[in-house]
Amino acid sequence: MLRLQAVGAVINMMTTALRSRKSLYFYIVVIAIAFAYSVNSVSTVAVAASSITFGLPLAMAAMVGIMCERTGVVNIGIEGTLLTSAFFGFFVAALSQNLIWGLLAAIASGAVTGLLLALLTVSWKMDQIIAGTIVNILATGLTSFFYKQGYSLPAIFPRWSIPGLSDIPFLGRVFFQSGPITYFGLILIFVLYVAMYHTAWGLRTRAIGEYPSSAETSGISVKKFKYINVVIAGAFGGLTGAYLTLELVGSFDRGFSAGKGFTALAIMIFGRWNPIGALLAAIFFGFAQALANQLMIDGLVAIPGPFINMLPYVLTIVVLAFSAGKVRGPAAAGQPYEREQA
Amino acid sequence: MKLVRAWITPLIALVIAFGIGAILMITQGSDPLRAYESLFTTAFSTQEGLAKTFGKATPLAISGLAVVIGLRAGLFNIGAQGQLISGALAAAWAGYAITGLPMIAHVPLCLIIGAIFGSLVGYIAGALKAYRGIHEVITTIMLNSIVLQFAEYLSNGPLKEEGSIIAKTPPIADSAKIGSIAGLPIGFLLSGLLAVGVWWIFKKTTTGFRFETVGKNKNAAWYAGIAVKRNTVFAMVACGALAGFGGAVETLGVVGKFEPAFNQGLGFDGITIALLARANPLAVIPGAILFGGMRGAGPTMQFTAGVSPEIIDLILAIVLFFVTAPIISRIFRLKSDSNAQVTSGWGSN
Repeated sequence: MLRLQAVGAVINMMTTALRSRKSLYFYIVVIAIAFAYSVNSVSTVAVAASSITFGLPLAMAAMVGIMCERTGVVNIGIEGTLLTSAFFGFFVAALSQNLIWGLLAAIASGAVTGLLLALLTVSWKMDQIIAGTIVNILATGLTSFFYKQGYSLPAIFPRWSIPGLSDIPFLGRVFFQSGPITYFGLILIFVLYVAMYHTAWGLRTRAIGEYPSSAETSGISVKKFKYINVVIAGAFGGLTGAYLTLELVGSFDRGFSAGKGFTALAIMIFGRWNPIGALLAAIFFGFAQALANQLMIDGLVAIPGPFINMLPYVLTIVVLAFSAGKVRGPAAAGQPYEREQA
Repeated sequence: MKLVRAWITPLIALVIAFGIGAILMITQGSDPLRAYESLFTTAFSTQEGLAKTFGKATPLAISGLAVVIGLRAGLFNIGAQGQLISGALAAAWAGYAITGLPMIAHVPLCLIIGAIFGSLVGYIAGALKAYRGIHEVITTIMLNSIVLQFAEYLSNGPLKEEGSIIAKTPPIADSAKIGSIAGLPIGFLLSGLLAVGVWWIFKKTTTGFRFETVGKNKNAAWYAGIAVKRNTVFAMVACGALAGFGGAVETLGVVGKFEPAFNQGLGFDGITIALLARANPLAVIPGAILFGGMRGAGPTMQFTAGVSPEIIDLILAIVLFFVTAPIISRIFRLKSDSNAQVTSGWGSN
């Protein structure tokens, strides 16, 4: 009797999988990982763990774009936010010899770049693409002028193994032996997803991004909302910068962010302006990078270094070429909002 | 009066930026007067300095023009950098691999090859914009990185000079080099001609008119029977060809080979120059001379006044900020220049 139920459950699961594309993809991924794990467990774990490591900053940076565009502000300046916050995060941490101060400085400076973007686009109604470019160029100018060699961090944020969970084969190494910002960032992505689709704030935010004058009519202060969201997004970008310098790399250099802010925009589009979608898209990007690295390390293929470095950029263009046109962003993104005169 | 208004905002922006730069120098313990004096006398009063200034100004002017064409056609071309590198490398290859041609044939050939390879990079971005609706800002930035990596691969692999330790191509043949006339680099004269040419295209030709109509209002352009998509691609191809030509001029006139470490940042200064010139091709030239002087004399300023040359990056960033953000017209109560949308959103194509 029990066995019959189990068989029924499996059949049920398979038919559901075939009916819904998402779960079908899920099973394909699970089976592929299981197969790879049975063939070469060491490399599989390494690739999976690196997929998260490489993908997480892209996912977090994509959240900045999502929060801004959902309120109708195109944010080309994510790159500048990452650069500025990594700069302040690194130097405050190095000068105070305290990682927490660095983390706070990174978040605060990220929020300031968000404030600048909000000022330019919301209050001054500047062309949003040019406003974002200004954020980027100012960030590059500031960080390269004030950059000094010869500073180092006291340490980087240590990995926290979560008791019990970190011992699970595969999953434990991939998900539960990470640094604090990784956990925090992953949680925030899920929080943002819930907030975007299941709270009044999310509904209002999305309304502003689609049809601001209608949102204003229903009593939402469009300007205030845009300011709040763009500044919070900047703070989130600051956290991303902190992750890059204080948890992942442990150093800072001129041009440190290396285009991640722009790749994040592609991930945002690929993930259809949805936090979970963007997280999965970012892990896919991370996976491509991790796989190429692992193939090199295992000596299976000899790809020249420049082609490995090129991979995320090529992938960005290819992904956009296939997904653009099929997906549609918030309708009012990119347009300055002018309150109608009575 | 119109002319005064067009010049006054950039001038005030420059004054403010140099002022902020001076304050920063003081905070770092340097003497700003000495630094600026050294910067400007080196760049604009000695024979040698002037030659360097005009040499540096040449690729800046041409990449600035490449950005101007895009802005006029409603495209924000951040990719002048990649297009320029593509052209510079292709011209270097044509300069050393082809031998035995007379100068009169070799130089134009190298320049044309540079323009073609630059336009190829522009074409990719233009086609993706027109037919797939991908915003040109993302594609051009990605292409910048891709082209740079590809150029590093080529100059460190198939096109590497034999026996060289660093990544660079062999030097170009003498028949491919371009020199100077009366102290003025020929490349700079070419960039002046190009500026007039671009101005003429937008003033007098239907091609320019089509670009501008597409840039101002796609729907109106479509309604008037202009092939919007084809013109978008064509505009990006023209941007790429110009930037590639600029890279070729830099290779033939200054560098003499291709080395990835050179050519950095030229395309980005081009963006600042184009916005400073308010997308007016003729105003690109004085902007490029100013920027070229500052870039050329930056190292001297470091030597004489102890100011790190990165201050110039910062000053130029501040200039860009004040030129594009509508602050100056607010403070000085100038009649506000229209800060219309020059770029398009994600979805529209």
